[in-house]
Amino acid sequence: MQLIACPWCGPREEVEFHYGGQAHVPYPDSPAELSDEEWALYVFFRDNTKGRFAERWNHTTGCRRWFNAIRDTTTYRFESVYRLDDPKPPVTELARSRRSTAP
Amino acid sequence: MSLGSSHATGTPPTPGADLPEHPDLLWRDTEPKRTYDVVIVGGGGHGLATAHYLAKNHGITDVAVLEKGWLAGGNMARNTTIIRSNYLWDESSGIYEHALKLWEGLEDDLGYPILFSQRGVLNLAHTLQDVRDSVRRVEANKLNGVDAEWLEPDEVRKVCPVVNTSTDIRYPVLGATYQPRAGIAKHDFVAWGFARRADEAGIDLVQDCEVTGFTTDGDRVTGVRTTRGAIGAGTVVLCAAGHTSVLTDMLGIRVPIQSHPLQALVSELLEPVHPTVVMSNAVHVYVSQAHKGELVMGAGVDSYNGYGQRGAFHVIERQMAAAVELFPVFARAHLLRTWGGIVDVSPDASPIVGRTPYENVYLNCGWGTGGFKATPGIGSALAHTIAHDEPHPLVAPFSLDRFVTGALVDEHGAAAVAH
Repeated sequence: MQLIACPWCGPREEVEFHYGGQAHVPYPDSPAELSDEEWALYVFFRDNTKGRFAERWNHTTGCRRWFNAIRDTTTYRFESVYRLDDPKPPVTELARSRRSTAP
Repeated sequence: MSLGSSHATGTPPTPGADLPEHPDLLWRDTEPKRTYDVVIVGGGGHGLATAHYLAKNHGITDVAVLEKGWLAGGNMARNTTIIRSNYLWDESSGIYEHALKLWEGLEDDLGYPILFSQRGVLNLAHTLQDVRDSVRRVEANKLNGVDAEWLEPDEVRKVCPVVNTSTDIRYPVLGATYQPRAGIAKHDFVAWGFARRADEAGIDLVQDCEVTGFTTDGDRVTGVRTTRGAIGAGTVVLCAAGHTSVLTDMLGIRVPIQSHPLQALVSELLEPVHPTVVMSNAVHVYVSQAHKGELVMGAGVDSYNGYGQRGAFHVIERQMAAAVELFPVFARAHLLRTWGGIVDVSPDASPIVGRTPYENVYLNCGWGTGGFKATPGIGSALAHTIAHDEPHPLVAPFSLDRFVTGALVDEHGAAAVAH
């Protein structure tokens, strides 16, 4: 089982966490003005990236707080974790040799 | 072979000389031509079945199936082979029952043994809500002409004596739905049977040929770029399951699927102990026993998105715990192998089939954890769709635009299995 580094609690086992899907999907600014297509995109459509992916996690059985992570969906390795109010780090091609941030 | 005789004559034996001849290859390993009427991307079950029915039902044979790895080496080689059609909604039972009817004649159609065994499937109910949902589904199935019965616990025990039906377990078995015509088949044989027939019809099955891009002209795709060169295409059909998003990203089409690892496993070979297929939502596991004797088990997807064709071991551990709770007799069976595939899960747990914003590109994805059972059904319906340039009535409800219109086919939980 891999360790996930919660920004508040430190490295904990994967089973303590709950997956939250793609990160940085803002609620629409003017919901009343959205077309059906725009609502569909907001509700149902998410990126399905093969490679580095910015996504949300919740430390369900720990501090119960949400955070974001950059994880490679081909290796499942966590590249970095960051708080919700941190800006999205630049997601570039992953260096294959880089180790997980989890110790 | 006798070591003594070769020693006596003084001629060393040729290694393998006593073995039978290599069997005839079931299909040609072809070089792609420069252009085809139809290019199917993805040489798994759905792609091969579509190719077969294009030739058989519509006489369309200028077709290539492009496979980035080896034929049927993705989810077709990794599924738990369960075939059933006891879905709740009319749209779902329509396509899956169409498939089941084709399964029943598939061995003759393909002229190839597929070990299709209609040993029935039990979907266990463990809570009052399970019971209500199950009875409702049985009645819906009957209305749709799908064979279905509700079984009380003592009847469950008669169908499958190894299920723990005692009342003192955490999630006692309160009954089950039973579809006698459901069953299993040998997935590799199915793929090989379709591949052989498609090849006989003159369709090119091109392996080691990954699509790396598309050439477009306005609203049309004119061809695909591949690791084996550019190939022109009259019509393009995407049958790439977990890798569909990689292709649609190249085309700039957004598709609401998420790729997840889905794991399965087998035990060592055992004497026949398990006569049917058992699925349980609440104690989440599904189990059958293959012809050779392994117990074949699977459960839900790993929670996170993943393209790694493998998953985390704690998911296997939970699956095993569920299996042992339902089948105490399996407690001492040894796990032989585990593996993973990549499944493309859609928001309503139903497939996405049909038109795309490109007028000559058809989409077939979103089958999630249940695509194997649909193989002949979607193959024939998709072939019809391509031949008539009009979605077959059985796939029409599964269009991409249902996520805009709101006409979802919500099979979450209703489909007799958790996704």
